[in-house]
Amino acid sequence: MKRFIGFIKKEFYHIFRDKRSLFILFGMPIAQILLFGFAITNEINNVDIAVLDHSKDATTKEIITKIADSKYFSIKQVIISEAEIKSIFEKGRVKAVLNFEKEFSSKLIKNKQATVQIITDATDPNTANTISNYVNAILQQYQKQLNKDASFVYQIVPETRMVYNSELKSVYMFVPGVMTIILMLVSAMMTSISISREKELGTMEILLVSPLKPFQVIIGKVFPYIFLSIINAVIIVLLSIFIFNMPVQGSLFLLALESILFIISALALGILISTIAATQQSAMMISLMGLMLPVILLSGFIFPISSMPLPLQLISNIIPAKWFIIIIKGIMLKGVGIEYLWKETFILFGMTLLFIAISIKKYKIRLE
Amino acid sequence: MKTILYIIQKEFKQIFRNKGMLPIIFILPLLQLVILSNAATFEVKNIKFGYIDKDHSPSSRALIEKFNASTYFNVLADYQSETVASSAMLNGEVNVILEIPTHFERDLQKEKSNHLGILINAIDGAAAGVQKVYALQIIQRFNQDVKMKLMQPADLQNQPASIKSIPLFWYNQTLNYKTYMVPGILVLLVTMITLFLSGMNIVREKEIGTLEQINVTPIKKSQFIIGKLFPFWVIGLGLLTVGLIIAKLIFNVPMVGSLLLMYLYTSIYILVILGIGLFISNYTETQQQAMFISWFFTVIFILMSGLFTPIESMPKWAQFMTEFNPIKYFVEVMRMVMLKGSGFMDIVPQLSKTLLYALVMNGLAVWSYKKTN
Repeated sequence: MKRFIGFIKKEFYHIFRDKRSLFILFGMPIAQILLFGFAITNEINNVDIAVLDHSKDATTKEIITKIADSKYFSIKQVIISEAEIKSIFEKGRVKAVLNFEKEFSSKLIKNKQATVQIITDATDPNTANTISNYVNAILQQYQKQLNKDASFVYQIVPETRMVYNSELKSVYMFVPGVMTIILMLVSAMMTSISISREKELGTMEILLVSPLKPFQVIIGKVFPYIFLSIINAVIIVLLSIFIFNMPVQGSLFLLALESILFIISALALGILISTIAATQQSAMMISLMGLMLPVILLSGFIFPISSMPLPLQLISNIIPAKWFIIIIKGIMLKGVGIEYLWKETFILFGMTLLFIAISIKKYKIRLE
Repeated sequence: MKTILYIIQKEFKQIFRNKGMLPIIFILPLLQLVILSNAATFEVKNIKFGYIDKDHSPSSRALIEKFNASTYFNVLADYQSETVASSAMLNGEVNVILEIPTHFERDLQKEKSNHLGILINAIDGAAAGVQKVYALQIIQRFNQDVKMKLMQPADLQNQPASIKSIPLFWYNQTLNYKTYMVPGILVLLVTMITLFLSGMNIVREKEIGTLEQINVTPIKKSQFIIGKLFPFWVIGLGLLTVGLIIAKLIFNVPMVGSLLLMYLYTSIYILVILGIGLFISNYTETQQQAMFISWFFTVIFILMSGLFTPIESMPKWAQFMTEFNPIKYFVEVMRMVMLKGSGFMDIVPQLSKTLLYALVMNGLAVWSYKKTN
C-alpha cells in the first residue's frame, strides 16, 4: 500500500511539474465554455435579407418596416428584378428574398388575398425553414391587425406553456453539451495518451515488472486525472451557474456524484483506448478522430436524437455522453432526483465496468 | 529538389508502414462521413406526444385524431391526470402534452372562449419553438374544419383578408439536410485529419529527439518542412476526393459548380491547416500538449464555423472572431460552389482571405521554427 501511495505521489508530481500542460488543461475548458456560452445559439437573429417589391404601396411598405424592425431580420438590399436573386444568392450576400407581387394592396382589398413569395437559400435547410416560419409569423401578426374588426367565431385559442426553459434560452442546451464534451474528451484523451506514452517510451514494461500489480499501475496513473477532471467539472459548473445563470434545480450533491461517475467512465474509456493503441499518436488519433464527431453529433448535444433514423438512435445508446447529457439536464433544469435518473445512471455505471473489464483483460494478455 | 523528394518518399513510407494508423487515417473518417451525416438533422419529427382528455367528447377525440394523423407527432400516451403527465415529462417519456379541459365540446359549440393547454418541454429551445408551430398548425386546421361545419352562408361574404405567402426553397427544395451536412462534415474530417497529423508529427520528432539529429544534417530546414508537410497535403486532397465520391454515390449530393474550383480552393485551404499544425508543433514540447491545443482549436473552429449554428446570430465580437476561422470559409465555399454553382468571381473574397491566411500562417510557422530551434 505504501508503495502504491508513493507511486500515486510520483504521478502527481509528474503532472504538476509540467506547468504548460496544466495551463492548457485548465485554461482551455474555461475559454471554451465562456466562448460557446456567449457565442453559440441556434436562434436566428439579424439575418440579412433582400426585398423585391413590385408593388411599392402602403401595405408592402408597412410589412417591410415590420420585418426590418423585428430582431430576426435586417434588410440588406433592395433589388428590382427577379434576375438579381440568383446572383445575390450565389455571392452569398443574403439568405432570403421577399418578393411582393404587383398591386399588392389593391388585391388584398378587392380579392381579399395578395401573395408574397419567401425565397430562401436552402443550402442551409434549417436556416431557410426558420426564416420562412418567422416571416410567416410576422405576416400573420399583420393580418390579425388588419382584420381586428372581423369577428372570429368558433376559435380555439390554445395556451402554450414552455416548461423548464420558458424563455427558450439556447444556453440551457449548450452549457450541458459543452460541459459533456469537455469532460469526456479531456478525460479520455488524457488517460489514453499518458498510458500509451509509457508504452512508447518503454517505461511501461519497467512499471509492470515492478512489485506493483498491473491494476495498481493503471489506477496510479489514472488517479491524478480523476482529481484534475473533478476540478475541471467544478470550474465548469461554477461558470455555468454564475455567468450563464444556469439553474441547479435538483441536488448539487447528486450532480457531483453523477459527474464523478461520468469522469470515471471517460477515463476508463481512455484506458481502453490506450490498450489498443501502440503509440501516443495512434491513441490521440483514436480518441480525437474516433470520439470528437460522434460525441458532438450523436449525444443529443446539438441535434435531436429522436429525429435521427432508427439505426442511429440505436447507436446513440452506446455513447456515454448521451446519458450524461440527459442526467445533467434532468438535475439542473428539471430538478429531478435519482428516482427519475436511475436508469441513465445504471447504464453509465455498466459501461464503466465494461470498459474496465475489457482493459484488464487486454493488459493481462500483454503480460503473458 | 532531390533532397525534398527523398524526404517525401521517406515520410510516405513511414506513414504506410504504420499499419495501425492506416485505418484511422483513411477508413475512420469515411465511415464517419457515411454514418454521421445521417445524424445531423434539425428536422423535428417523431415528437413524443401525450394528452389528457377530460372531455371525452367526439370533438376532443377528433382533435387528438388530428395529432395522431400528422407525421410530426407520435401519440404515445393518454394520461389520467396532470400529475401523471408531468411526471412522464420529467422522465423524458413525453415532450409535448395536450390538455383538453372538461366541457371542451360544449364551449366550442357555445362559442365561448375555450382554453386548450399545450405543455412543451423547452430545454431544447429551438426544437420547442418548432413543436409549438406544428401544434398550432394542427389546431388551426381543426378550427378551420369546425368553422366550415358551423358557418352560415352569410358569413362567407365576410371573409377576412389574407396574405398568402409562398415559401420557395432554392437549391434544396425538399430541405434535405444531407445535401448540406455531407459536404460540411467532409470539411470537418479533412480539417481534423490534416491538422492532427501535421500538428503531432514534428513535435513527435522533438519528443523522441530525432529532430536534433535532422538539424545537424545538411538538409535545409525549408526542405525538411516541405518534405514533412507534403504527404499530409496529399492525404487531405485524397480524402476530399474519396469523400466527394461518397457524397455523390451514396447521398446523391448535387455538385452544381466546378470541381476544379473546389480543388483549387481546397489545396490552398489545406496549406492553412498545415501551417497551423506546424505552428502548434513549434510551440509545444510533447505530443500531449500538441494534441490538447489542436483539440482546443478544432472544437472552437467546428462550433463557430456556421455549420451547426448560424454565424449571424452570434454577438458581434464572436462574429469578428469567426473571420479567423478557416473552417468557416471552407464551409461557405463548399456550399457556394457545390450547391449553388457559384463561380470563381463569387468566391474571390473567401479565396483571397484563405490565401492570405495560408501565407501568414506558414510564414509565422517557419519563422518560429527557426527561433525555437
